[in-house]
Amino acid sequence: MRLFINKIFLGLSVLSALIGLAFLSWILITLFVKGLGSFHFSLFLNDLIDGGLRNLIVGQMILAGLASVIGIPLGMAAGIYIQEYGRGKYANLIRDLSDIMMSAPSIVIGAFVYAVVVVPSGGTSGFAGAIALAIMMIPVVINTTDNMLSLVPRELREAGIALGASKYKVIIDIVIKAAKVGIMTGILLAFARIIGETAPLLFTSETSNYFSLDLTESFPSLTVSIYDLANDPEASSRDLAWAASFILTVLVLIINLSGRFITRNKK
Amino acid sequence: MPVLNIKKFSFTYPGVEHPSLKNIDLPIYRNKITALIGPSGCGKSTLLRSMNRIHDLYPGNKYEGKIEFRDVDEKISNILEIKKENEFIELRQNIGMIFQKPTPFPMSIFDNVAYGLKIAGVKNKAELRDRVEIALKGSALWNEVSDRLDKSAMGLSGGQQQRLCIARAVAVKPAVLLFDEPTSALDPISTGAIEELIVELKKDVSIAIVTHNMQQASRISDYTAFMYLGDLVEYDKTENIFLNPKEKKTEDYITGRFG
Repeated sequence: MRLFINKIFLGLSVLSALIGLAFLSWILITLFVKGLGSFHFSLFLNDLIDGGLRNLIVGQMILAGLASVIGIPLGMAAGIYIQEYGRGKYANLIRDLSDIMMSAPSIVIGAFVYAVVVVPSGGTSGFAGAIALAIMMIPVVINTTDNMLSLVPRELREAGIALGASKYKVIIDIVIKAAKVGIMTGILLAFARIIGETAPLLFTSETSNYFSLDLTESFPSLTVSIYDLANDPEASSRDLAWAASFILTVLVLIINLSGRFITRNKK
Repeated sequence: MPVLNIKKFSFTYPGVEHPSLKNIDLPIYRNKITALIGPSGCGKSTLLRSMNRIHDLYPGNKYEGKIEFRDVDEKISNILEIKKENEFIELRQNIGMIFQKPTPFPMSIFDNVAYGLKIAGVKNKAELRDRVEIALKGSALWNEVSDRLDKSAMGLSGGQQQRLCIARAVAVKPAVLLFDEPTSALDPISTGAIEELIVELKKDVSIAIVTHNMQQASRISDYTAFMYLGDLVEYDKTENIFLNPKEKKTEDYITGRFG
């Protein structure tokens, strides 16, 4: 009887796993079939106005890159503070706030940046988009930094101090180096997360049909354009949306896999 | 002459009412090995960690009494009065520490040994190279690593890592080395190598070693202090402690009746 129940549970869990996997492969297969169908290398050479995606891909990378430039130092600094300097209540408060921020809906962050950046500055801009993405990124970087630093053994810090190094020297020379791989992986995953975001950009950077490096204006964004193109009655636009989704997915997949690759190689 | 002289020393951890060390008087003699033994929780590590003030990494500790340090010029200063950052750096370059688990830094073998020297302000490349070599030779590690100084220290074996940590501590030419159970994470062969090294080192430095291993204390130390529940029960020449202890508690411990 026990063996029988055991088998039922095993069967149920295998079944649930298969259902999950089936949906995932369905999504991926659809994406690949539809995306590859409309994929062409000229997409990388032309801007959206000429039926290509070049400006959108470059724009999305710039937005995510700028967000990282803002978000990574801030997140790491906060993570270092929580783990190395902060004690008791303050550190825990920041940790809790950061956890709450991490689960904040991305559209809310978009709305927030719209209210505090877009409206006062008089219009959508690349900067506003990058700020929204940075806000998405910061709690993830804080969390990773905090967790990875907490894994560095106490003795390593003491050994540095015992050699006469000051606390900040020990943190910079030893502790961060010891946690480097974990932090880098976390940052890469955070980057992969924001590069595929639509909601924070929807009314902050918007998108643009033209190639642009001017961050004070509406800025080309792959994800927002996918949203627009998918809603377009024109069939060719929807095909383009599929191709764009395909490229975006491959991009995110590559970043995720390289994150895993770094961790595995170092361990 | 004691290089360290602990006088009426008490120590209380933060948030604890009762002191973990009570009224300790203990000299650490120059170019001798002093072993601190006693059962877990007796305060031997706490005492050792007071000698370089590593406790100060965590705030709220209370020190009472004196720990006098006699430097090479016979000048005496009280370690417990140190407040300034640069004085702490000087203290820790005078009094080095080796931990229970090997603590190689995540950098090359060379950079590990050079780390303390760089902190001390040695910039000249040739001098750094020389002193790293001397330290590694002095720690019986040179022959094993001389062809891979630029490789990561994390690739060394446990025993090699521990000798690297000793080399790192020796490189800055300290007057005192504190060993906190340096072999309890190592196999017997590595332990033997470390013990030989410690005996070798006393030509140049004074040594205090905390150990759980009474055979180790009797093998390598000149003086032994037996501690129990925060008190220093007995301190004497090692042979007297092990062959002819005066206190009943000491005898019970070394004969294995408790501990």
